[in-house]
Amino acid sequence: MDTSVENGALTRSDIPLRVIHSTPEGMARIKRRVKRSFRQIRTENVFRRTLTIMGLVMIILVLGILLTLIIQSLPSIKALGLKYLWGKVWDPVQDIYGAWPFLLGTLLSSFLALLISIPFSLAVAIFLGEYYPKGWLPDFLKNAVELIAAVPSVIYGFWGLAVLVPIVRTLETHLGVEPVGVGIFSSSLILAIMIIPYAASLGRSMIQMVPSPLKEAAYGLGATRWEVIRSVILPYTKSGLFAGILLSLGRALGETMAVTMVIGNTSLIPKNIFAPGNTMASVIANEFTEADKPVYLSALIELGLVLFLVTVVINLIGKKIIDRFTNE
Amino acid sequence: MKTLFFNIKGLLTAAVVFASFSLVSCGGGGNPSGTDSTASGGSDEALIGAGSSFDNPLFSKQFSQYSQTNGLKVNYQSVGSGAGISQLTAKTVDFGASDAPMNGKQDSGLTAPAIHIPVTEGAVVLSYNLSEVKDTLKLSPDVLAGIFLGKITKWNDPKIAAINKGVKLPATAILIAHRSDGSGTTNIFTTYLSKVSPDWSTIVGKGSAVNWPAGLGSKGNEGVAGLIKQTPGAIGYIELAYAIQNSMPYAKMQNKAGNFITPSIASVTAAANIQIPPDSKVSLTNTDAADGYPISSFSWVIIYKEQKYNDRSLDRATKLLKLLSWMIHDGQQYSAALNYAPLSPAAVSAGDAILKSATYDGKPILQ
Repeated sequence: MDTSVENGALTRSDIPLRVIHSTPEGMARIKRRVKRSFRQIRTENVFRRTLTIMGLVMIILVLGILLTLIIQSLPSIKALGLKYLWGKVWDPVQDIYGAWPFLLGTLLSSFLALLISIPFSLAVAIFLGEYYPKGWLPDFLKNAVELIAAVPSVIYGFWGLAVLVPIVRTLETHLGVEPVGVGIFSSSLILAIMIIPYAASLGRSMIQMVPSPLKEAAYGLGATRWEVIRSVILPYTKSGLFAGILLSLGRALGETMAVTMVIGNTSLIPKNIFAPGNTMASVIANEFTEADKPVYLSALIELGLVLFLVTVVINLIGKKIIDRFTNE
Repeated sequence: MKTLFFNIKGLLTAAVVFASFSLVSCGGGGNPSGTDSTASGGSDEALIGAGSSFDNPLFSKQFSQYSQTNGLKVNYQSVGSGAGISQLTAKTVDFGASDAPMNGKQDSGLTAPAIHIPVTEGAVVLSYNLSEVKDTLKLSPDVLAGIFLGKITKWNDPKIAAINKGVKLPATAILIAHRSDGSGTTNIFTTYLSKVSPDWSTIVGKGSAVNWPAGLGSKGNEGVAGLIKQTPGAIGYIELAYAIQNSMPYAKMQNKAGNFITPSIASVTAAANIQIPPDSKVSLTNTDAADGYPISSFSWVIIYKEQKYNDRSLDRATKLLKLLSWMIHDGQQYSAALNYAPLSPAAVSAGDAILKSATYDGKPILQ
């Protein structure tokens, strides 16, 4: 069927009606074909409409969440104003709410986790994408990495509390900082493990998609494997690798359960990366059920709004960077 | 070809149906939820309660016993005291349960007056991790406030040593563990500290979540207990029942009369043997009772004084009142086995008087 689908819509005039055999039997065949074509057109249009509706539902959902957050945090915005963002005290008793310690805790733990995870996720991506794409060991590694993403976060939190925290405490004793174990550093370690699969999986498929003529040309010119990775694969895949890292950062920003179990949950501003702190997500999870005053509840919802906006801003910046990589 | 075609068609129909459903539910999101499961039906279905998670184990036991003898089902949602009060305010439950009496702001949110009935007693104990100390640690209100304000930072501080004569205290740093989630336990503990320490009252205050001047937060009794067990030199507050069940060490507290009291079911019940005001909204913390443990508290069930609202039937109101009356009398026998302190005689008689004040259409329900 040589129909032109310009704007996606098909009309009756698009059907080629070729009246060649005007025998009754030929007419019947043509009628059948026309009928089937109509059905196909209808199916096509219904399918297209379904896709549009699905897309619209997603947009409505995101806007709806944003709108709900804004409306519900209005009492707190009215009562506290912009001071909310850089206020250093979170005191539900006296109705003083400042999100700064939690904003700082969220950003600090997430970016630290990202720093720790990047070498690992890059290494896994290159190992699986370039060195050993096939075989039982790479398959096993690939599945193991994907399993890391599938483990529920409360298990990470539990493991972190039982195993990681005592190790960090010993480390802190040697470093001479207050040996509490729980804190920003411990939660960053946990987060780093949790976010490795996102960057690693995306990076692996990106690296596998590098056209082999490019690599072969480089090998033909006498490049070593390391040189091929550095000058061909990494430049070719950098936007994909960055997208993976961005994805893992988004995960780290919003992670709640594992973080709240090992971060120490104090509203004081962290003095160093070993100090206990708190993140926006874990404050919401901790205090939401017992927020017994309207302003308190509203301040917690505003915390959700801030977290939402932080994620949006970071994603927008990331998109810009990816665009620049791809346009080069 | 043909079968494939029909498959696609079937799939599409399913997709369209799904899409229209999600749109419909999207459009309907504006309706206030909860109208479907309100207690307003006045039918013979189960009573609905919500609130304190501290009460939940006791309530489960009591309600299952009660349903065996009286055939009445009670559906209790352990969502936290604050959430229980909000649900009562929204009139979506028959009763709320809270570890703290309603505060002024919560009261003003109500459309009709509510009454508090004390149903059980709990206590908050100070658990610690000092492997060198074999005797039970003793704490005074002054020392406790000093520790949690971050002023006393070492275990061998002279102030601690002065009340623990003969005990060899280590020179380790004190690590404070507190609840990170808003909780009735925190409310009881901070209410006590606010009463005994003017400094605490001005710097921190009382509430289910406060701005802690020092220490680490952890979620739930189990989280705080975990921090204490893990960290040498740690001290934290947990529920008495949790401490007993997990055999954690806990300190003797000095009460108002000057006696050092070991927290136990008996000493918590004793704390409530005081003059109880007619509305029962009294904090047992820093009790006047000479043998009472000072960090004790009632837990309350809260209902509307006038039970005729939202088309509730007299039958439903009577069932609720009878259940509550059973809970403060016969229901108390299940307390001790679950490490709850039974109500003191003074509390039971106060509860009786309050239950009798409940009305349906202006007439008393219980005779």
